[in-house]
Amino acid sequence: MSQIAIIDYGMGNLRSVYQALEHVSDDTTTITVTADKQTILDADRIVFPGQGAARDCMRELKNHDLLEIIPQVAKEKPFLGICMGMQVLMERSAENDGINCLGIYRGSVNNFAQVHAQREDQRERLKIPQMGWNQINQCTDHPLWHDIENNTRFYFVHSYYVQPKDSSLCTGMTDYGLDYASAIAQDTIFAIQAHPEKSSDDGLQLLKNFTQWDGA
Amino acid sequence: MALAKRIIPCLDVDNGRVVKGVNFVDIRDAGNPVEVAAKYNAAGADEITFLDITASSDNRETIYSVVEEVASQVFIPLTVGGGVRKVEDVRSLLNAGADKVAINTAAVFTPELVKEASQYFGSQCIVVAIDAKQVSAEGEQLKWNIFTHGGRKDAGIDAVEWAIKMAEYGAGELLVTSMDRDGTKIGFNLPLTKAITEAVNIPVIASGGVGNLQHLADGVLKGGADAVLAASIFHFGEYTVAEAKQYMADQGIEVRL
Repeated sequence: MSQIAIIDYGMGNLRSVYQALEHVSDDTTTITVTADKQTILDADRIVFPGQGAARDCMRELKNHDLLEIIPQVAKEKPFLGICMGMQVLMERSAENDGINCLGIYRGSVNNFAQVHAQREDQRERLKIPQMGWNQINQCTDHPLWHDIENNTRFYFVHSYYVQPKDSSLCTGMTDYGLDYASAIAQDTIFAIQAHPEKSSDDGLQLLKNFTQWDGA
Repeated sequence: MALAKRIIPCLDVDNGRVVKGVNFVDIRDAGNPVEVAAKYNAAGADEITFLDITASSDNRETIYSVVEEVASQVFIPLTVGGGVRKVEDVRSLLNAGADKVAINTAAVFTPELVKEASQYFGSQCIVVAIDAKQVSAEGEQLKWNIFTHGGRKDAGIDAVEWAIKMAEYGAGELLVTSMDRDGTKIGFNLPLTKAITEAVNIPVIASGGVGNLQHLADGVLKGGADAVLAASIFHFGEYTVAEAKQYMADQGIEVRL
């Protein structure tokens, strides 16, 4: 028996994540969408999805009394952050005029718009949000990349990107006007900016890899 | 390496069934949304759009169960439009498993709905569908207006100005359909597509008029679209999504192969 907890802090629809995990899990795995601390502490694996703005996300985590437990479980067991669930692992986001985040990793979350405005190469205007399928260059090996070819395309929807201070955290890089960290990993934590639950077979493979990953 | 241009098959759904016929060789039930969506996913479609054309308001609920069923088995983005009038409708579709909701006529009559919905659910899931028709006479400077009621009523709103306003109101994406071209198979209205893609900084999906693969490529190369939407050329098996992508790739367009 294995338990996966999807952390639900009231920021939108977690159904896709749930259904995709359900689709790739074996019969002995139970998946729960929950904000309950004890359930999160008891789970074997944690999925931390995210939607909406950084400010609302941090506010709801606080309202659900989850600000301390997330950094704790992230260090104890396999932990998968998705989209906003990756961004809030940083110290600070530029969204909403600046928001302090969980600070598990040193680094910031920046706006594509600012970077693009400074780009010299204006031949192709880049839209914001980045919406669609972009490639992830697997810059380090990781069990979650198992059976996924390098430079496979995943589905992205975002206007802000993560910039960790420690570049060795990057396990995936993507080009959108600049090369940015689209996946980071360290110890039991793996976090990805793309939506594996919407990335067809390769996304499902990543989720399947997560359900089989022991965090090492 | 860059973001891929998307190819989006569009399915009309009436009372929970795919209509207009989908003609895949090896499909058992062409009216079954799940089977059709799964087929398109396997063929490499980047997204799927469902347009709910159910006329009777009594049967509005059927689209929710369609979305639920499809979303539980097909893991690519789903956009759902048709008959969305209130924030509650947006919520119901998102809860059923839609990733994006397209707002069309209601945006014209109550633009505040776009603002409210995008603030509440996030811009990333709000698509504003713009149905435009040319109103300038030959020789005049090109001008398009928004039309409602399936292209019958001129709303008296300039399409490009409307696109800019909708982006300001929080739309995350625009689905631009040329009502002059819809169903004609003579290609997108490229001047319209281009006028809108140049006016806004959010992604634009071109729609209406696709009859061959060059039309799809032109939507991107000449119209500047971020995604192209087509119905009949895929449904009737004239071309597969994979052929369309290969064709576009051969013209130097980034696609997900």
